[in-house]
Amino acid sequence: MPILSYQKALNRALAAEMERDPAVCVLGEDVGIAVSNVTSGLLKRFGPERVVDMPISEQAFTSFATGAAVSGSRPVVEFQIPSLLFLVFEQIANQAHKFSLMTGGQVTVPVTYLLPSSGSRVGWAGQHSDHPYSLFAHVGVKTVVPATPVDAYGLLVSAIRDDDPVIVFGPAGAMTRREDVDFTTLAPVPLGVGRVHRPGTDVTVVAVGHLVHDALAVADELEGTVSVEVFDPRTLYPFDWAGLDASLRRTGRLVVVDDSNRTCGIGGEVLATAAEQMRLITPPKRVTRPDGAVLPFARELDLAVQPTRGQLRTAIETVAKSQ
Amino acid sequence: MAEPADLYRTVRLIRRFEQRAIEMVRSGVIAGGIHPYIGEEAVAAGVCAALRPDDVITSTHRGHGHVLAKGADPVRMLAELAGRATGLNSGRGGSMHAADVSAGIYGANAIVGAAAAIAAGAAWSGRRTGLDRVVVTFFGDGAVNQGVLLETFNLASLRRLPVIFVCENNGFATSMRTADTTAGTITGRAGAFGIPALTVDGMDPEAVQQAASGAVTRARAGDGPAFLECLTYRFDAHHTWEHSVRPRYRTDEEVTAGKSRDPVAIQAARVPEAVRSRIDEEIEELLDRAQRFAEASPEPEVSGALDYLYASGLRGREGIA
Repeated sequence: MPILSYQKALNRALAAEMERDPAVCVLGEDVGIAVSNVTSGLLKRFGPERVVDMPISEQAFTSFATGAAVSGSRPVVEFQIPSLLFLVFEQIANQAHKFSLMTGGQVTVPVTYLLPSSGSRVGWAGQHSDHPYSLFAHVGVKTVVPATPVDAYGLLVSAIRDDDPVIVFGPAGAMTRREDVDFTTLAPVPLGVGRVHRPGTDVTVVAVGHLVHDALAVADELEGTVSVEVFDPRTLYPFDWAGLDASLRRTGRLVVVDDSNRTCGIGGEVLATAAEQMRLITPPKRVTRPDGAVLPFARELDLAVQPTRGQLRTAIETVAKSQ
Repeated sequence: MAEPADLYRTVRLIRRFEQRAIEMVRSGVIAGGIHPYIGEEAVAAGVCAALRPDDVITSTHRGHGHVLAKGADPVRMLAELAGRATGLNSGRGGSMHAADVSAGIYGANAIVGAAAAIAAGAAWSGRRTGLDRVVVTFFGDGAVNQGVLLETFNLASLRRLPVIFVCENNGFATSMRTADTTAGTITGRAGAFGIPALTVDGMDPEAVQQAASGAVTRARAGDGPAFLECLTYRFDAHHTWEHSVRPRYRTDEEVTAGKSRDPVAIQAARVPEAVRSRIDEEIEELLDRAQRFAEASPEPEVSGALDYLYASGLRGREGIA
C-alpha cells in the first residue's frame, strides 16, 4: 500500500477541499513557495487568488480571514510558528470566536487555523516551541490535535467544512509519522469523536497528539504486566466525554499525558471531569510540562520539560498498583 | 448623491436617537451605558449617503450613528440597546456590537481599530467572488496607533482592495488629546502606505458626502483604498459613565467652542423649514414607537443565553455537572 506522511496528509486534505469547494482558500506567510511543505503545489494548481502570501502581519491577516469568512470564503490560515497564536489571540478568541454569538447568529465564521508544527522541534527555544492548544479549548474554539496521518487528513477536512472557527494543531512530534494507507479510503473524521488506538483492561491513558505514539510504545513495554488502553481524544474541544466514560467503565484507572503546562492544561480538565462524573477506582495522574514552562534552548533542557515515556510509565505503574 | 433633506433626516435621526438612548441609560432600561455619537453625525450620514445598500461597513464602540445611517431599523436597534429578544442581535450584542448583516453592517466592534482587518477581508472576498461592492471601516483618532490598523493599511494598499478608511478625528482618545498620543500626522500614516488621503470638515454632512463619493467611485473602479480624516467634535461624554464620574479633560470654553458648529444645524440651514418640521415630527413618532417597542419587548430566554455561540449548533457543557 502507498505510504502517507502526516505532512502529505495535510497537503492532500487542503488540495481535496480546494478542489471540491471554490470558497476554500489558503492564507499565510510563504504559502506560495510552501516553506512548511503543507501547501506544496497549491499555488500552481489553484492560483494566487486562492493561495495568498501575506506580509508578516499576523494580526491583520487573521482578522482578514474573519472578514473573508463572513463574506462567503472559507479561509485556511497557516501559522508556521505556534507562538504566533499568542500574537493573534485577540483576533481568534475575541473576534472570530465571538462573532456569531454577538450578532445573534447573523454570521458564520468558517475559518480554519492550521499549525503544521506545534510544540517542540527541539532546539527552537523559548519563542518557537509552545503548544497552546489548551488555551483555545479553554475559550471554546474548536480545537483539534491529530496524532496520525489518516486522522490529520480526516480532521482537517472536517475543520474546513465546519461553519465555526477551528484550530488544527499538527504536533511537530507527529509530523514525521507515516502510515500505509489506501488513499481511496481517506475520509472526513468527525470533530469531537475520540479513538481507542489500543484496547486494554487495567489503565486508560488519555494521550494528546504526538504523545499517542509514546503512550502506545509504553503500552507495548508494559505488555504482560499492565493492560493499557490508549485513548486519543483527537479533538480537545468539544471533547469526547462519552468515549472517555466508556473507556473508564472498562478500566477504572486513568493517566493523562498532555504537552501543556500543568496549570489549566487540558490534562487537568480531563482529570476533573473524570473525578466528578466517571468511574475511578484509584486517584488519577497526569504527566505534563511543568508549571509555567518556557522551553530552554539546550537540547537536554528542552527535552527535560516535555513529558517523557519514563514519566508516563511510572505514572501508569503507580496507578495500576494503587487500590 | 443624497438630497439635503435626506442628509438632514439622517443627522437628525442620529441626534434624537442618541438623546433618547441617553435617557434610557438614565432610567435603567439600557444597561452598561453607551458611547454617544452626538456631534459626529455628519460623518456617518455623509459617508453612508455615498454607499449602496449592498456595500458593507464596520463600525466602532461609538457605532450607533454608522449603524443607523447605513440603514438598520432604528426600532430594532433601540430594542438591541435595551437587550431585548427583538433587537437586531437578539439581545446578544448591545450598543457595542449592534449589527445588521442584511443591511451590510458587519457590526460595531469594541476593540479599538480591530474591525479594519475584518473589513479588508470582506473587501477581498467580495472582489474574489465578482462583487463590485466597497467596504467602509470607521475608526477614531485613537485607533491610528494600533498596530493591526497600520498592518491593514499595508495589506489593503498592497492588494488594491476596495476599502475606505474613515478616521473620525474628534480630538480625543477617551481623555487623551491627539497631540499627546500621536506622533506625525494621521493622514501621513495613510500616505506612508501609498493610500490617498483627504482631510474633510467632519461637521458638514455634504462635505463628507462629497469626499466619500470620490473615494467610493475610485474604490469601486478598482483603484484601491482611500483614506478620509473627518475633523469632528464629540459634544457629549466618551461614555455615559462620565455623566456621573465627570472627569475633567476638556474645559467648558473648549466644549462650548466645539459645539459652536453643529452638524444638525449646519444641515438644517439647507432645508426649508416646512420640510424640516415634517421630518422632525416623523422622527419623534418613530422614536416614540421604538421606545415603546423596546420597553414592551420580551427579554431573551435565559435558557438560550449561549444560543448562536456555534453556527454548527454545538452545545458546550453547562457550568455545573
